[in-house]
Amino acid sequence: MAEAAQTNQGPLTTIVDDWSSDVTTFKAVPWGKAMMWIFLLSDTFIFTSFLVSYMAVRMTQTDAWPYPSEVFSLEAFGTPVPLLLIAIMTFILITSSGTMAMAVNMGYRKRKVAVFWLMFATAMLGLSFVGMQAFEWTKLIGDEGVKAWQNPMGAPQFGSFFFMITGFHGLHVSAGVVYLLLVAIRVLRGKYDNTSFEIVEITGLYWHFVDLVWVFIFAFFYLW
Amino acid sequence: MATAEIPYQETVPLHHPKTWIGKYVFSQDHKVIAVQYGITAIAVGLVALFLSDLMRIQIAYPGFMEWFVEDYYYQAITMHGMIMVIYLLTAFLLGAFGNFTVPLMCGARDMVFPFVNMLSYWVYLISVIILLLGYIPGLGGPTGAGWTLYPPQTITEGTPGADWGIMTMLASLAVFIVAFTMGGLNYITTILQARTRGMSLMRLPLTVWGIFVATFLGLLAFPALFVSAIMMILDLRIGTSFFMPAIVSLGQTLAHDGGQPLLFQHLFWFFGHPEVYIVALPAFGVVSDLISVHARKNIFGYRLMVWALVFIGILSFIVWAHHMFVAGMHPYFGFFFATTTLIIAVPTAIKVYNWILTLWKANIKLTVPMLYALSFVLTFIMGGITGLFLGNVIIDIPLSDTYFVVAHFHMVMGVSPILAIFGGIYHWYPKLTGRMLNDTVGKWHFWITFLGTYIIYFPMHYLGFIGVPRRYYENFDSSFYPASAQTLNEIITWTALVVGVAQLLYIGNLVHSYFYGKPAGDNPWGANSLEWCTPDTPPSHGNWGDKLPTVHRWAYDYSVPGSDKDFIPQTVPQGQSS
Repeated sequence: MAEAAQTNQGPLTTIVDDWSSDVTTFKAVPWGKAMMWIFLLSDTFIFTSFLVSYMAVRMTQTDAWPYPSEVFSLEAFGTPVPLLLIAIMTFILITSSGTMAMAVNMGYRKRKVAVFWLMFATAMLGLSFVGMQAFEWTKLIGDEGVKAWQNPMGAPQFGSFFFMITGFHGLHVSAGVVYLLLVAIRVLRGKYDNTSFEIVEITGLYWHFVDLVWVFIFAFFYLW
Repeated sequence: MATAEIPYQETVPLHHPKTWIGKYVFSQDHKVIAVQYGITAIAVGLVALFLSDLMRIQIAYPGFMEWFVEDYYYQAITMHGMIMVIYLLTAFLLGAFGNFTVPLMCGARDMVFPFVNMLSYWVYLISVIILLLGYIPGLGGPTGAGWTLYPPQTITEGTPGADWGIMTMLASLAVFIVAFTMGGLNYITTILQARTRGMSLMRLPLTVWGIFVATFLGLLAFPALFVSAIMMILDLRIGTSFFMPAIVSLGQTLAHDGGQPLLFQHLFWFFGHPEVYIVALPAFGVVSDLISVHARKNIFGYRLMVWALVFIGILSFIVWAHHMFVAGMHPYFGFFFATTTLIIAVPTAIKVYNWILTLWKANIKLTVPMLYALSFVLTFIMGGITGLFLGNVIIDIPLSDTYFVVAHFHMVMGVSPILAIFGGIYHWYPKLTGRMLNDTVGKWHFWITFLGTYIIYFPMHYLGFIGVPRRYYENFDSSFYPASAQTLNEIITWTALVVGVAQLLYIGNLVHSYFYGKPAGDNPWGANSLEWCTPDTPPSHGNWGDKLPTVHRWAYDYSVPGSDKDFIPQTVPQGQSS
């Protein structure tokens, strides 16, 4: 079988070989990384359930649904710009994925200080995202009178789903910030010097996932 | 196939506890965690058993227990269902059997992340405690909404526990899901990434395959329950209207508006139907192994058995709305879901035929585990066939909410998995403790339980056909079914009481044999799979002594012609016979 694999190296052959081999199914994948992937698969189903519920309730709604470009607009230079804040938030979160990817790269080169600062930057970008989310919530609750249980512009479910889903995502981001900082400090202190820096990549997987989820929330809440 | 690489796990240092508490209480050893899961699940299961006997007395002799008022009855129904499905069956099959068998059968020293595994048990224990908090006096008791917890009635005034009972229930479920996730991630990663040399996926015993697929189902199905629990808590406490439409209750217009009760049912059953298979698939796996070992014959069609498990797992995600035929869905939905439901019968029938063909001309030993395995197959066929009735929309509609449904789901996902659990315990107890369970007591326990469950659930099909509705506190004089239905109810109740008390035999057997049982030796059943090849019985910490075992064959080489014994363990190289 091993010889056959060498003569015929198509991607399908490799998959079949891996799945029919002993010891490990995913070669060279550490336990923690495999576990994180499976966890993220499970978490995907949580966010999918939230978003599908939102779509189902919104589509069957008889009350008016607020117009996102107006609700989420921000006054800049005297004119309301639709989705200005959200655009900045999205940009920041995607930038943080970039710094995270650079941290993973530096991790494989074992450049501890670079890893620390890049992860720190990622965490700070995440923190500013949560901060802007808090600002957006305050604006929505204070200025526009949208609460989780009421909405002066129409269907109360607008507020309910908005606060629940962005809140749940915000919790993920906040947990990610703590996770990033913990790992960054442990990297700097040399905890992983004798092993590989796989934990940086595992942290990165989680962070990219949170980022990806935001893209869907963005699409379904702000663009629909 | 056999690669020369060193298993990663041989390079990972094992956690060695130093104190008694570290060894037996906050233990990271998968075998201790399995026992902890098992004892907790059985203890909470006994509570549910007690509740079911109370309900039976009420049904047969209304008014006999004056203190057992309507609210108590509905609370008992709810708690009985939820405890049995989640906190006993799921926790036992995956928490206890999963923890015990997965590392031993894969040839691992422990789960990949023992600390997370330990947390899984303690979080599970917390979820059980939160659930039972519902019974604290003064809070209005646990919820009485039925285990499906359908809103709006669940959180509307008038339902028992609509204020705090439902909170403890939902919080407990959410905590349980966290516990399950921590355990489940461990099982899957261990099975995929921490097997021993020579152990390919297609050499794994079917028990591990069943647990593997069931854990995947759990990780993908529990999220829907988690989400609906959060949404219902928000509806109840914050005043949102996810599930609550505009309602006039007791002459008052409630503050809710515009929610969708059907959404909850979809979310609940998107979890609820895979949950049936989360309970059934490990039972399939355990029973496959028991039948093969105790019939001294290889399992028939191993590869097809594996693929059947996988296909049942996949299909279980697209059948959920067959629980909602009477909920007011579009009829085309019913058509779709009835079709997918009936398709599940194909891989399931493959499994049943393969069990029977394994038994065909086999050297059947009627040991206690085998009796349980055989009774499982029989009971599962029974419950499975009534499932085909209920899967058809046109037959389901008149049978909805009758005792036929009660009979069906108790047969297929209540009694069957419990029989598999009993069989598995009788099978693995010698490895876990080093002592055999008492055979005579085991047989008494088996016959009382097995025949008893048939006397209990078989007549319920008939009750359902004549239209006796389920979940009623008291059946008043009804013109549409004969009075003899009540006689049948009395017979069922007496049998249920006997079967309930008979479980003491089993508990007594477990305790007594632990101290005084016959010493078992390393491999009392002559079984092949890896857990019987440990150097010590019971297996010591780290399972395998100095060196991990090497696997050379599948787990089912029984009665191989030409070999001197009728079994060849997995560690025996090809070409040798012992």
